[in-house]
Formats: sequence, C-alpha cells, structure tokens
Amino acid sequence: MQLIFERSREGRSCSILPACDVAKTVLPETMRRANAPRLPMVSEIDLSRHYTELEKHVYGVNDGFYPLGSCTMKYNPQIDEEMAHLPGFSGVHPLQPIDTVQGSLEVLATARNILCEITGMDDMTFQPAAGAHGELTSMLMIKAYHHSKGNTKRDKIIVPDAAHGTNPASAAMAGFTVINIASNKKGCVDLDLLRKAVGPDTAGLMLTNPNTVGIFDENILEITRIVHEAGGLNYYDGANLNAIMGIVRPGDMGFDVIHLNLHKSFATPHGGGGPGSGPVGCKAFLAPFLPLYTSSVMSEGTYRFNQPEQSIGSVKAFYGNFLVVVKALTYLLTLGAEGVPEVARNAVLNANYLRVLLSKKYDIAFNDICMHEFVISLARMHQENGVSAMDIAKAILDNGMHPPTMYFPMIVEEALMVEPTETESKETLDKVAEIYLAIYDQAIANPQSLHDAPVTTFVRRLDEVGAARNPRVRYQF
Amino acid sequence: MNIPQNLSYTKSHEWILFLNKTTARIGITDTAQQLLGDLVYINLPEVGDTIASGDSFSDVESVKAVSDIYSPVTGVISAVNEELKDTPQLMNSAPYDSWLIEVKDITDQKELLNAEQYAKICEEEEAH
Amino acid sequence: MSYIPSSLKERQEMLQTVGVSAMDDLFAVVPSALRIKKLKLPSGKSELEVSQMMHKMAGKNRVFSAIFRGAGAYHHYIPAIVNSVIAKESFLTAYTPYQAEISQGILQSIFEYQTMICELTGMDVSNASIYDGASAAAEAMTMCRERKRDKVLISAAVLPMTIQTVQTYCNGNGMTVELIPQKNGVTDLEALELLLNDRSACVYLQQPNYFGMLEAAEAIGEAAHRAGAKFVMGVNPIAAAILKTPRDCGADIAVGEGQPLGMPLSFGGPYLGFMAATTAMIRRLPGRIVGETVDVEGKRAFVLTLQAREQHIRREKASSNVCSNQALCALTASVYCSAMGPSGLQEAAQQCHAKAHYAAQQISAIPGFALRYQGEFFHEFLTETPCCADAVLAKLAEKDILGGYPVSGGILWCVTEMNSKAQIDALTSALKEVSDTCN
Repeated sequence: MQLIFERSREGRSCSILPACDVAKTVLPETMRRANAPRLPMVSEIDLSRHYTELEKHVYGVNDGFYPLGSCTMKYNPQIDEEMAHLPGFSGVHPLQPIDTVQGSLEVLATARNILCEITGMDDMTFQPAAGAHGELTSMLMIKAYHHSKGNTKRDKIIVPDAAHGTNPASAAMAGFTVINIASNKKGCVDLDLLRKAVGPDTAGLMLTNPNTVGIFDENILEITRIVHEAGGLNYYDGANLNAIMGIVRPGDMGFDVIHLNLHKSFATPHGGGGPGSGPVGCKAFLAPFLPLYTSSVMSEGTYRFNQPEQSIGSVKAFYGNFLVVVKALTYLLTLGAEGVPEVARNAVLNANYLRVLLSKKYDIAFNDICMHEFVISLARMHQENGVSAMDIAKAILDNGMHPPTMYFPMIVEEALMVEPTETESKETLDKVAEIYLAIYDQAIANPQSLHDAPVTTFVRRLDEVGAARNPRVRYQF
Repeated sequence: MNIPQNLSYTKSHEWILFLNKTTARIGITDTAQQLLGDLVYINLPEVGDTIASGDSFSDVESVKAVSDIYSPVTGVISAVNEELKDTPQLMNSAPYDSWLIEVKDITDQKELLNAEQYAKICEEEEAH
Repeated sequence: MSYIPSSLKERQEMLQTVGVSAMDDLFAVVPSALRIKKLKLPSGKSELEVSQMMHKMAGKNRVFSAIFRGAGAYHHYIPAIVNSVIAKESFLTAYTPYQAEISQGILQSIFEYQTMICELTGMDVSNASIYDGASAAAEAMTMCRERKRDKVLISAAVLPMTIQTVQTYCNGNGMTVELIPQKNGVTDLEALELLLNDRSACVYLQQPNYFGMLEAAEAIGEAAHRAGAKFVMGVNPIAAAILKTPRDCGADIAVGEGQPLGMPLSFGGPYLGFMAATTAMIRRLPGRIVGETVDVEGKRAFVLTLQAREQHIRREKASSNVCSNQALCALTASVYCSAMGPSGLQEAAQQCHAKAHYAAQQISAIPGFALRYQGEFFHEFLTETPCCADAVLAKLAEKDILGGYPVSGGILWCVTEMNSKAQIDALTSALKEVSDTCN
C-alpha cells in the first residue's frame, strides 16, 4: 500500500479556500518558518482512493465477530452517529453563553441522571476522555478526599493482580503506592490477603466486578466492607459493566466512586483507538471533589455548570468528549428501563452459550456459569503440543475473524479472553464455535501449521523486535 | 548450557565478575537471555548511584515484557555500559561479554553460586 | 429495542444448552438483596422517537452564523472529504490495532499522522495522539521529570485550562508548578531567569499565547536550557504552517491542541492532543506509537511499537496510564492536512493572520476598543471595552454574531479564514453602535 506521501505530486492540490478578501499581511522574518511543512500534495480523487484502500485493511465491528474480552465490541447503532452530527451539537463553541447552550447542558444532565440511576451514584462528570483518564480522575478524588480530612498518611491503593494494567498505572500517577494482592484459586479477591493488606495507610481498593476472568465475586459486600472499615474507599472499574447493568448497581455493592467506558457498554464506536469517554460517578460525599465543569444542574429552569467547591481541578480542557456523550445518550434513551438489563442478560447468555460449546474441547479457566466473558487457557495445549494462545489467535485470523484478547488477564497462563456481547446472534455463535473447534483439531493434528499462521493475511509475522530496537515512527523523505 | 567457570552467579540469573575485592561487573546469563527473548532496550542507572544487594538496578525490555535485573552486591555504580542502549541485542548474542554495570566500594554481597551450583539451579528450573 | 438479534425461541435454546431454565438463573451468584427490581427510568423508545428527542435538545442550542471567539477552540473550514473518510464504518468501529496483520489500514494512517505532526512541529518523533492539548501539556511535564528536577515553570500567558490541567496532574505526580509572570501580554523573560534554578524540570510556553500574542520563543528556550531545564512548546497547528517551528525555536517537546485540524467545535470535544519530541526523548513519550517494520516476506508493514513503555506491560511502573489515543480524531487531522496540503494550510494560516490584523485595525479605531497589548499576534487579539463585555456581546448576539471571549476586563477576539470581510465589517459596524450607546 502506498503512503499518502508516496501519492503526493508537485502541483497537485484540492481547492478549498477562496482568495483572501483583505490586504495580505507579512510575518516578521525572524518569526517565519524556514520551509513549508512537507504535507501531501494530492487531489481529492487521490484522497478518496487512498482511504478506500486503507479501509480494506481495517477490521471493524461491521466486518465480523469481535470477541475482545473486556472491550465490549458491541454493534454501534447508526442513529447514534446521526445525532452526533446534528449541527446544533457540533457547531457550538464550548465558551458560548450558558443560555445559548441549554441543549448541550441538557444532554449532559440527562446522561448524568440515567447513568447515576444505573450505577447507584449521586453525581457524575463527563470530563475524562477515556477509561484510564477516568481512573486517574477517581484516584485524584480519593486522594483529595483523604487530604481534606487530614489523612495524608493514607497513601496506599490495593489492586488485585488480575486488574487491567491501567489500574495500578493510574494509582501511581495519582501519587499512590500500589499494593498488589494475589487472586484466589477462583480468580476472585482473596479475603485473607485483603484483610492483611488493609490498614491505617489504606486509601482505597480498585476493583472490577465481574472481574477480568468474567466471574462475579460473591464476596463483594464483604470486600467493600473490609475496605470501608479500615477507612479506605472503594473504586469500581466500569469496564465490565455490560454484564450487570440494570441487574445490580456498583453503588449498592459498596463502591464510592466509579468510572464508565461509554465506548464499551454504551455502544459508542471505538474509532480505531478513540475517542472514547470515561465519565466518573461518585456518591454525594465525594461530589465536592469532582472536576470543574461537572455535568450540569437545573436551577430556576436553566441548566448551568456546577463548580464543586473542593474540585481536584481539570483533567483536560472543557467538558469532555461531548459528541461521544451524545451518542451514548441516544443509545440509553433507546434502551430505556427494560432494555438496559436485557442487554446484560443477553451478554451473559451469549457468553455462557459460547463457553459451553467451546468447552467440548478447550480448557476454560473457571469453567462454571460466567458473566459476559470467559477465559480459555491454552496452557495444556502449549505444554503437550507446543501450540500457544498466540498461535490459536493467528489461526483465527486466517479464518477471517478478529481473535479474542490475548495474554490477559495475567493470572491465567496462555489466556484468550472471549466476550461475544449481546449483539451477536445464536447463528454467529454456532459458526464461531465450529471454527474454533476445527482450529483445536488442527492444532492437535498439525501443530506446525499453526506456528506458520497467519498465512492468508495481507502481512504476516511482523518483525516487532526490529521495530522496537530501531524505531522508525515517521516517513523519511 | 553456557556457564563460564570463572564467573559467579545468582539464582535470578545474573553473573558477576570481581575485578578485585571491592569492584565487580554484573551482567545477565545465557539462560536469562534465552528466557527473556529478543531484548529491545535496557534502562540503566546513573554512575554514582548506590545500590543494595537484592535490589533491582535496571530493567530490560523485550517486545511484550519488562524484567528487573537484581544486584547481588551493595556498592556504588562506577560505570554503566552505554553501548547496550544502542545495541541491546548484544545481551542476547554475547551475554557474558555484555556487562551492564560496574560496582565499586562493595561492602556486602549475597550468597553467590559457582558454575556447578548455578548449572544445577538451571536444570531444576527447566524440569518444571 | 436493544440491538439483540436472537429471537426469544433462540434464547430458550441457548438457555437449555447452558443448562439453566431462565435468564435469572445466570445471575444466581448476585446477592438477591442487591438485585434491581426495575430501573427508575422511562421505557425504551423507537428510533423515530429518540431522533425527535435528540433533535429537540439540539434545537435548544444556538449556532451563530458569525463566530469571532477562540480561546482554545477554533472555527475553521472542514473540507467535505474529511467527514466522508471518518464516516467509513470500518475506521469508525475498529478496535485499537493490536492485531497488526489485519489492521494495516489503521496503523498506516497513524504512521501518516505521526509524520504530519513531525512536519508541522519540526520534531523527530510523534506519538499516536492523546486526549487534548491540555492533557498533552500535562503529560509533557512528566516527560521532563528527572530525579533532582521536579519543578514545572509555566507561563501565565498560557490557556488557563491548560495551566489548571497541568496543576491537577502535578498534584498527582508530586511536581510543583510555578507561574512565570506575563508582561505586556507576553512571557516576562527577566522574571523567568529569576525563577529558573537547578530543580527546574521544564519551561512551558504557548505559541501563540492565550492573548494571541507571538512569544520570543527562542530566547525563552535558551534561558531554559542554560538552567538545564527542558523547553516545551504548545503550538497552534494552523499557525505552525507559517511560524518558526518549535524545533527551530529549540524545543525538546512540542504539544498542542489539534482541534483546528478538521474537528468541529462540538462544545469542547472530542478534540486531539498531539505530542512530538526529539529522538532522544522518544522513550519518554506516553501513549501509543506506530513504527515501520517488515513482515516475514520483506513487505513493508506497520506495528504498535515501544509497547514496553506502556501500562499494559509496566503497570504501576509505567510513566503514564494512557491507554487510548484519539484515533479517529488523529485520522481527521491527517485527512484535513492532506486535503489542505502545504499550500492550503499556509493559505489558511495567512488568511487568519491577515483577517485578524484587518479586524484589529478596524476595531481598535473605535473609541473604547483600544488594543490592550502592542506587538506581533497571530489570529487573536485582546481589546478594551467601553462598557462591560457582557453588554457588548449581548448586542452582537442580537445580530447573530458570537463576539470575542471576555478576558481580564477586555474582549479576546479571534478571526479565522471563516470570517469574510463582510462579516468583519458587520462586526465593526455593530461595535461602533455599541460604542456610541456606551458613551
């Protein structure tokens, strides 16, 4: 595939702007750029063909099954996109007078109300632009809370070893020391280890429930009680909310602050890696610490921004990825009171159905009723046949599908984490199972063929070592 | 297994070569580089840093992982092998020639293994 | 309606395969006391109804026909090809390109984006983007941290929300933030010299600055380097097409808000934070980076590289927790820069400069609207106001004009290629009327 710079030709351009209708001005020479930036010189047809070609080598939810565990790659409804493109939403400057942006403030307030009801929280900010950004915000709020009470010695955050890497990274970014605790044999929080880990220096616990192996921790109330009793706060990583939304509320499970991923459970598109949105919800006692420009409140018939008195400040400029919130709100209004739990029920049903089908041959870690995702372990296959989780994943690519999440969570050896989501049909799941089971047989009969995989893809077996030793991150003219 | 006789070893797969009683060079063994895979980068400490035996003084990166390297001695870092920053692959191709750090004023050291003892550890690990 | 394709019959069949009789049985592990009986929310709506509800909300917003406000979010023309490319469903719905073999389209587009950011800023390396300009500035501060250098010096002439974001991040990472005073609308170099010491990690400057003024970047960069600190410049990407590059000004890191490159105003987001640096600093860059490589047959390919910096590998030892980039916004910027090309982008920048100077000339001639600061500016300028700013702006709103932003008792005007001479003249007339009624 050609790079856009390789399609560039001297003298080509698109005609976008009219001639300047005021007198030309000149920058002082000392302030001027020496040479023009070497941006592509192309016609619009070049651009059209270039991106059409690139799109052929992109795999979206529209292309097929996308069972990435913990990513919730559900279908992204078209109506959500259409609403985000309404000029009334996209053409509005963030610093317009409040009375001219009542629609936007209503979007934020309505989304806040719906999501607080779903999560059992009292207030919410939409400022964080991604899940990790929301995690950082939550950690800073927990820190600010303890400091406001004079508890500057509470500097430890407890994180289970099954947690997503962003959890300990966010805690560290907020200035905390991370205490890792090992999960028990069921992949859940080890209560004894938790009891030993909490103390007067505990600021809080970071947890997702269901956890990263797709299991709902039945001890959840005890876990959050232990932390509260020790004086810490409980933070909920909302990445797995698709399993339980409308069924049970994090706020009722003992969590004080949560983040959500609108680009996961709330169907906003992933965009190839963003933009997402990571709103943070909290109980009333933490609301004073929310970032500035929290979602709006209605007062005397007008929406206005709330400015929390002890705010941690801002984690970015303005109010968050507003158009992403528009998409999520459109989705939430479509779902309604019955639709939300229906999503969770079917996400869990689809996961269990696929799990049962695959368990005919594959080893499933914690092979019992799971939530919205489950983990396959290729440890035994690797030991007996030399075929790894990576090999299986590459063979899946040869079948024209996106593989599950590889090598996560770290507590399962040779892991493949599968999350079908509720928007897949039984028919798709049956076909997928057929393919995965065939690959299993192939791995036993002809392991070398899997080491060679993928063979049908556009490129294969990339030299990642070379890319890391000698990074080439830009085109050299 | 490539385990030179003239070096001492740790259970965490580092080798150490004493230049005199209080100065030594430390690197990673052939077993270590095999376990780690192709190395792409090394984060080295600064000359003048103090290290304590048992502490990590560096980490090495492969494409998908990071691993800590531990010091078996307490002392002051007198030299770091800057060449490894540009050519980390030397740790894979010539692990015993690629010293990571030189330590002086050594005051304390952990129990070190000789070549036979280290070979035994490696065999035991492989069996598991 | 919840976009679930399986019929009730199919769901029954699946339940049977799983070995339970009802959906509820799947949640047996959830304590019954915690089970929600019914969410206190309205029922789900049909697509038609939802569309009407959202239209109604959008209708409560006012979209001005003439916009003269900037202050961190800028009104530029978006070529039609931009929106058509980013609407392509695969680009829109794809996940992060961890499976390189089937994601070459996205990976290549990010590589192209990184190249364009390097070209705009003059730097050697760029990451795949981060949330916005303010968070990019904050992350850049962390990049400059050394063991004995933990003080951030940031110009008071920087966008206030950027200063705030830097402060918030530093409350987490323990770096201290000090403001460098501004004098006559630009960073006070003498004051900076007094603040710099051997604990200074970096100096942050915005170009053009919050007041629209062009800073003496090189001199400030030299001062920073003399003290052993790094020099970080936040730059407007349209201005970068004609201004001396951060690289040529001596910057170690260049960041900025990429929204002007094809993203609509959208009430503040999603926007785009770009981060570029010298080769020496590549491993300190947070977030994703795409690198070029070859596959087993020698074919050129692209892959996410230097992943061992990131949180999914280093966890609490990562220097940043960043996971996502703003991929689709980075794609937006690439298409915009390609559609505009070097001549188009320079033309846009020249027009912003020319029209802003025309407007400044016209407006400052009106009694009560003198320019507050003298000196070079790009496309924003601060004027006094004869009566309170709100009154002036209300009068403009009556004529469907979104006037400048009230700043320190004055008004910060912004003029771009979107403002025709006729619009500027209409603005001037309106302000003349206001000036007459104020006096």
